[in-house]
Amino acid sequence: MAAEELTPTSYIKHHLTYNTVQVGGNESAFWTLHIDTLITSIILGIIGLGTIWLIVRKATPGVPSKRQAFVELTVEFIDNQVKNTFHGNRHTLVAPMALTIFVWVLLMNTMDIVPIDIAAEMNKHVFGLEYWKIVPTTDVNTTFALALSVWLLMIFFNMKVKGIGGWMHELFCTPFGKNPLMWPLNLLFNFIEYVSKPLSHSLRLFGNIYAGEIIFLLIGMWAATGIAGSFFSILLGAGWAIFHILIVTLQAFIFMMLTVVYISMAHESH
Amino acid sequence: MNINFTLISQALAFSIFIWFTVRYVWPPLLRAIEERQKTIADGLAAGERGKHDLELASQRSAEVLKETKQRGAEIIAQAEKRASEIIDNAKVAAKEEGDRILTGAKAEIEHEMFSARETLRQHAADLAVAGATKILRREVDARTHADLLADIEKDLK
Repeated sequence: MAAEELTPTSYIKHHLTYNTVQVGGNESAFWTLHIDTLITSIILGIIGLGTIWLIVRKATPGVPSKRQAFVELTVEFIDNQVKNTFHGNRHTLVAPMALTIFVWVLLMNTMDIVPIDIAAEMNKHVFGLEYWKIVPTTDVNTTFALALSVWLLMIFFNMKVKGIGGWMHELFCTPFGKNPLMWPLNLLFNFIEYVSKPLSHSLRLFGNIYAGEIIFLLIGMWAATGIAGSFFSILLGAGWAIFHILIVTLQAFIFMMLTVVYISMAHESH
Repeated sequence: MNINFTLISQALAFSIFIWFTVRYVWPPLLRAIEERQKTIADGLAAGERGKHDLELASQRSAEVLKETKQRGAEIIAQAEKRASEIIDNAKVAAKEEGDRILTGAKAEIEHEMFSARETLRQHAADLAVAGATKILRREVDARTHADLLADIEKDLK
């Protein structure tokens, strides 16, 4: 941003550029690492889950402290959601996973509300980082990583609960019936379902947060047009940020709920 | 928006976070919550039991009170009966004692009266004999008329 002239295109482009590291040695596109996405998300995960861990470590069954009560409220809210959807032993994996997802995704989404230009300036002048995207969920890699992990777990539980034969039976014989003539149609249907699940799961989160960030950028650009632009920019930026609190929470919750729903669907036969 | 190695790294980070939550975050909190639920349930049960016990105790105390009242009334009745018996006995004894004293007194009076009369009669006899002796001194020999005198004396007595 410093050397080149500041135009709307360069402004947006600058904000959307990842800090990349080549890990494969050769210049292939796949062996690139978005180090900003990775480090920010890991720091956020450590902050979120670490804080909960520190509080929970001293959890007492007696009268809880305010912090413990807050964590308990969150956990019980999630646990109730899971209990209503998932009818197995949820404490071994599903409920803790839902908690992880909710806390982590919520924190990653919340980075969207941090004023983008202040964050960019801070990264540049305090940490010396020219490019550093602070919202990990605007990186499609993050959302796909989560959705595909959930997808793999879903397939794992399908095989574990129903057996490979049972799962194959389900792939070929539902939803249109056991008639061999229907097998191709059933398989196609299930194939579409299995492809669309991780796609919609990840792209919903990515799209919402990415769009939110773009709108923040547009509002930020308006501020460069003069006094009136700054005024409206402040007003709209505040409004959008407040509205974004809802989106951020809602998207984290939806992502968590879909995870629970997918995993519990894998446990139940049709 | 390009898929690259970040995806795998993020998936790895994700699985580590899940492992961490499953291993370190969830169990202690779940334990605390379940223990508290148990404590609350126990407390409620204890409260219920206490209430039940209180009911039983108040019922029992009412019974005991009733029994005690009854026994008290019985004791009072017995005591009254006994008291009136004692009074009656005392009355009878007193009457007997009075009668006895009265009889004794009457007997004594009679005895006194008798002895007084006797003494009086003796005196009168003596006096008569003395008078008669004075009158008859010369004519009557005391030795010869001794049986006569004894007769008179006997009559007077």
